[in-house]
Amino acid sequence: MVGNKPERAGQDPQLLRRLLRAKDRMDAASHEEWPVDQLASVSGVSEAHFARSFKEAFGVPPHRYLLTRRIEKATALLRDTDLTITDIAFQTGWSSLGTFGRIFRDITGKAPGEFRADDQAARHELELVPHCFVSAARRPDLKIAVSEKRRQESGDNGDGSNQQEIP
Amino acid sequence: MTQGVGVAGIYVRDQDEALAFYVEKLGFEVHTDAKNGDYRWLTVQYPGQDGFQLGLFRPQAPLVDDATIEAFNQSIAKGAMPPLVLVVDDCRAAYDRFNAQGVEFTQEPVARFGSVDASFRDPSGNGWKLIQAR
Repeated sequence: MVGNKPERAGQDPQLLRRLLRAKDRMDAASHEEWPVDQLASVSGVSEAHFARSFKEAFGVPPHRYLLTRRIEKATALLRDTDLTITDIAFQTGWSSLGTFGRIFRDITGKAPGEFRADDQAARHELELVPHCFVSAARRPDLKIAVSEKRRQESGDNGDGSNQQEIP
Repeated sequence: MTQGVGVAGIYVRDQDEALAFYVEKLGFEVHTDAKNGDYRWLTVQYPGQDGFQLGLFRPQAPLVDDATIEAFNQSIAKGAMPPLVLVVDDCRAAYDRFNAQGVEFTQEPVARFGSVDASFRDPSGNGWKLIQAR
């Protein structure tokens, strides 16, 4: 929050509680598509209002949040199971293996196979922590759009020509 | 037990609502419910866990200022408060029981890592993990 405006202290807690419900739904089924109208109706707000309110509440737009949950889940599956990368891509909500691999690499800095090999080589002493908290702590912190992150890393100054399809 | 943590509290948006939830829906028992003017010290206990009280507190004046109260109320509603874990003998049975009471589950029971776990929220937005004792 910028400044100190006593007349408007920020978002109404009742609205926030309902926005949390939409976030919880995405958490419970991050492999699903979650169109904005569906999320908006969970929160009892208009579509136009939803994305802006969600971002104000949780710091990221709803579909970028969904992306972080998918990557979090994919990293957990890479770490904890022997599922193939193809299976993991489809289980976590991607319809294309190529898109999954590319976005995974953009976000984590590693290809899925590389991530798996590195993580299994360095086992952590986290058995005593309930797994969802470990998983959440390792959730990618996406403060900028994936397309922006990719552009920054490639040194591209960004004409916006390649940023369709990515939240 | 003579030493150790005796009370740890969580913030709730409404103490009457929290009391009804923790006692009537989850089966906790009231340990202390003491009012002093606008202030209410409210703690509950899990049946049989005598050494520990869970406090159900409201961020309120004069302990915290108005802006801080507002910030806490927003954080609670956003589910941004610290993790809570309730350990039970049988996660699925507890899920069935709580679910029948209308508890808002955010994750159904899942068997993994040699246990079973589920997740729910209290009316305020505090998130609980329901974990089966190994």
